[in-house]
Amino acid sequence: MMGRTIVIDPGRCIGCQACVSACRECDSHRGKSMIHLDYLDQGGSVASSPTVCMHCEDPVAPCAQVCPAEAILVTPDGVVHDADKSRCIGCGNCVNACPMGVPKIDLAAKLQFKCNLCYDRTSYGLAPMCATVCPTGSIFYGTLEELRTERPGVEVASTFDFDGSIISTGVAMVVPKGRPVGEPLPGGAGEHARVTGSPQPAGHLEPSADNVLGDPL
Amino acid sequence: MTIPLDPNITPPGTGRFRDAGGLPADRWRAIRGEERLVPTHCCFCGVQCGMYLRVHDGKVFGVEPRDHDINRMRLCPKGLNAYQQVNHPDRLTAPLYRQSRADDLRPVSWEQALDVTAEQIQRIQAEHGRDAFGMLGGASLFTEKTYLVGKFARVALRTRHVDYNGRLCMVSAAGANKLSFGIDRAANPFADCLLTDCLLIAGSNVGECFPVMTQYLWGARDRGAKLIVVDPRETSIARTADIHVALRPGTDAAFFNAVLHVVVAEGLTDEAFLAEHTTGWDEVRAAAAEYPPERAAEICGIPAEQVTQVARMFATAPKAMAWHARGIEHHTQGVENCLTVINLCVATGNLGKPGAGYGTITGQGNGQGGREHGQKSDMLPGGRSISDPVHRMQVANIWGIDVDDLPQAGTSMMEMVHQMSRGEIRGLFGLCNNPFVSLPNYAVVKAGYDALDFHAQCDFFLSETAANAHLVLPVTSWAEDDGVMANAEARVVRHRKAQEPLPGVRTDTWVLCELARRLGVGDKFDFAGSEQVFEELRIASRGTVNDYYGITYARLDETGGIAWPCPDLDHPGTPRLFEGGRTYHADGKVHLQAVRWHPPADPYDDTYPMTLTTGRTVAHFLSGNQTRRLGGLVEQTPRPWVEVHPSHGFSNGDAVAVVTRRGSATFPALVTEAIRPDTVFVPYHWPYPVAANELTIDALDPRSKIPEYKVCACRIEPAEAVTPVPAPPMPPGREPYADAQRARAEQLPPTSSQGRGTSQP
Repeated sequence: MMGRTIVIDPGRCIGCQACVSACRECDSHRGKSMIHLDYLDQGGSVASSPTVCMHCEDPVAPCAQVCPAEAILVTPDGVVHDADKSRCIGCGNCVNACPMGVPKIDLAAKLQFKCNLCYDRTSYGLAPMCATVCPTGSIFYGTLEELRTERPGVEVASTFDFDGSIISTGVAMVVPKGRPVGEPLPGGAGEHARVTGSPQPAGHLEPSADNVLGDPL
Repeated sequence: MTIPLDPNITPPGTGRFRDAGGLPADRWRAIRGEERLVPTHCCFCGVQCGMYLRVHDGKVFGVEPRDHDINRMRLCPKGLNAYQQVNHPDRLTAPLYRQSRADDLRPVSWEQALDVTAEQIQRIQAEHGRDAFGMLGGASLFTEKTYLVGKFARVALRTRHVDYNGRLCMVSAAGANKLSFGIDRAANPFADCLLTDCLLIAGSNVGECFPVMTQYLWGARDRGAKLIVVDPRETSIARTADIHVALRPGTDAAFFNAVLHVVVAEGLTDEAFLAEHTTGWDEVRAAAAEYPPERAAEICGIPAEQVTQVARMFATAPKAMAWHARGIEHHTQGVENCLTVINLCVATGNLGKPGAGYGTITGQGNGQGGREHGQKSDMLPGGRSISDPVHRMQVANIWGIDVDDLPQAGTSMMEMVHQMSRGEIRGLFGLCNNPFVSLPNYAVVKAGYDALDFHAQCDFFLSETAANAHLVLPVTSWAEDDGVMANAEARVVRHRKAQEPLPGVRTDTWVLCELARRLGVGDKFDFAGSEQVFEELRIASRGTVNDYYGITYARLDETGGIAWPCPDLDHPGTPRLFEGGRTYHADGKVHLQAVRWHPPADPYDDTYPMTLTTGRTVAHFLSGNQTRRLGGLVEQTPRPWVEVHPSHGFSNGDAVAVVTRRGSATFPALVTEAIRPDTVFVPYHWPYPVAANELTIDALDPRSKIPEYKVCACRIEPAEAVTPVPAPPMPPGREPYADAQRARAEQLPPTSSQGRGTSQP
């Protein structure tokens, strides 16, 4: 994971979509949200989780690798940028390559849109918009050390297992207490144990749904 | 002596980052040019988050997070979209008038509109007496305007019939606070949550109704606190709580009495605190003795062990706090429900200490301030009683009127509707409310308003209620005027004017002052703007419990907010009450009140065997007149639904009719295990024919007169088709802004109670 990055904790998420509304306020894509908010356990509970660009580190940015126009740049700090509008041809390769379902194509504009960790804001010492407004700290922006100071004992993971292919990402997820440290999170839309909650107290509905990080393509 | 709050204790998360205040906008914005950030607060709920409004060429056009210590830059989706109201294409910009409801509303000049209003007031009062003209205010108004509503009704109209929409919101908690403590406000600031060891949230969907307060809950848990949530639904805060008590709606008093029963039985009371600081403990203990856990289990439909678990967790915590909201207050025993929570806190000695205490989470932005200064039927400024001869004399002197001209106490909002039907109230001036969506039993409400000879309504969008009026006056949104509000902590915060009112629009203050002039009392309403009103309010509240005398606009600008009581200009305000165990009763003690549970007003039988409960969803606010016009929020939650348990055999999206003794309405089913099988939930932000309040009962708490929104008997049955959501009302010849209404055609329920998932097909 990156030094200063977003860490997502679905256990804190209340599904309010402040992140979605906040993302729409960005001047470079006003009215359009780059963040996704999914309700993970429909019919079971109100569990929810946001999905930002995970800023894949290894393999580095599959979206950028498949871009025929070389429109998606990765900066030395590990941020995978959205497609450069002067280069993007709107082909959608990145949409198909992304394991997390993050990039979207605006069909009218024939351009890709994707979270770039609010590079405009972070350049001036402001946190990304979603992490700034998130009412619960479910979207945290900072270093792992800062996170651990505020939330003692918190554990994170930044590797994902897609049917044996391991992807490590710049953005991390908080994992439930007691989960083996370093074990990759289940990736994609398969049959997995639920990892939506930290903490997971006793006395609640048994886990029944998958944790789908991003949409199946 | 007030223990100052430790400013280093802040909610976790964003403390290391600054907000954009002071950054030159053109250095980092994609939009270049003249841009200002105006520091203000959100217009919506009682948390009162700080925010900046972005102003470009004199127009509000955006929002930017602000590092105010209430919210630490955090905002909810309503707050983020709030700015879009200010220059919204649906705004009203000319007064509208018609002589009879058979005609269309037509634009008229302000001069004509105010003349007509004054004539109608004088005619109705001459023919039917002063009390035949009523006034209804609202708690989303700035405190200055709520003060003016009360003064206008008593001095200009000289009617006893004035009340406000806080009657539907905060009055049960207010009643309980007054009885127990002699003061009506939350006892502890939000920040105390971060110091507690056990947090009990009763009847509050914090994650949806006060989203930004959630950071205090999670911050408490990060520091090791336990969380107990009492709610019939598994809400987003209940989902991971240490204990979630999913009790049957309308049984709160039985549950909390039983918790107290266990606390007493297991010797977990704080006897020293009770002996020194309370009266009435023997009666309370005797009442609790009647509620062993087994009895509560039967009444509440929960395991008896849960009562014991809650009692032990709360009473053994070194410091515990309880917060409640409408879930326990919207009942025919709403006041009593609040009293049972107070009894539990006091019996365990959890009062007036950092991290130990009690609070009610007010719903509207100015739910607290709006109930303090005289727009409530029985109150005068400074929380004074209109029935108290001393208080009456004080206020008559401040206002420069004869005390005999000061009207007596009036009736509550719902009672006023019945008086309209009976012809006792024939004219009405309403502002900042939308009873056609927000009052229970819609058919009765509509009939009451239809019976009025003259009805004037102020608003900035044409509400369902305004659309039924004879006269509509277009007034400012919150960003076009200055003023203060008091949040759920009783912290008075300053709202700033960010742009000039739209052409044709006037402030509520100007409207009331102009009307007062036409009614011959212009000298009593000689206010140029909010700050002059505030100066009078300061004096009018001086020396009372609700003392604002030490609060000025300048001090609010310097401090970011001051909690009343604040008796003089050097006083730091009072964030935490009851330190040292002393209350505001003359004897300084907590007056404990014994409570016995009784069933809800609407009886269950074979025809109506289930419970309907109502509430809010995160993307919308109250009657929805504002949020149902904001595109992002309509997209998030385009329509109401009925939440049902899978055991009833419905599939997601099935048309389900909810039938009560008042009526029937059809919604798509949101099938979820997160609700009790014997209960259904419908959110109330939408109007007839998809209104939850067509179904709810207009039974009132005998003391607070709050309607019993949270429980009535119902049945559910399959229906032919889902009822479409009507467009928000617009003046004749105008259509609501189409871009914002696109998602309204949705027939399916949202993915979850918080809205539609954004990346789902």
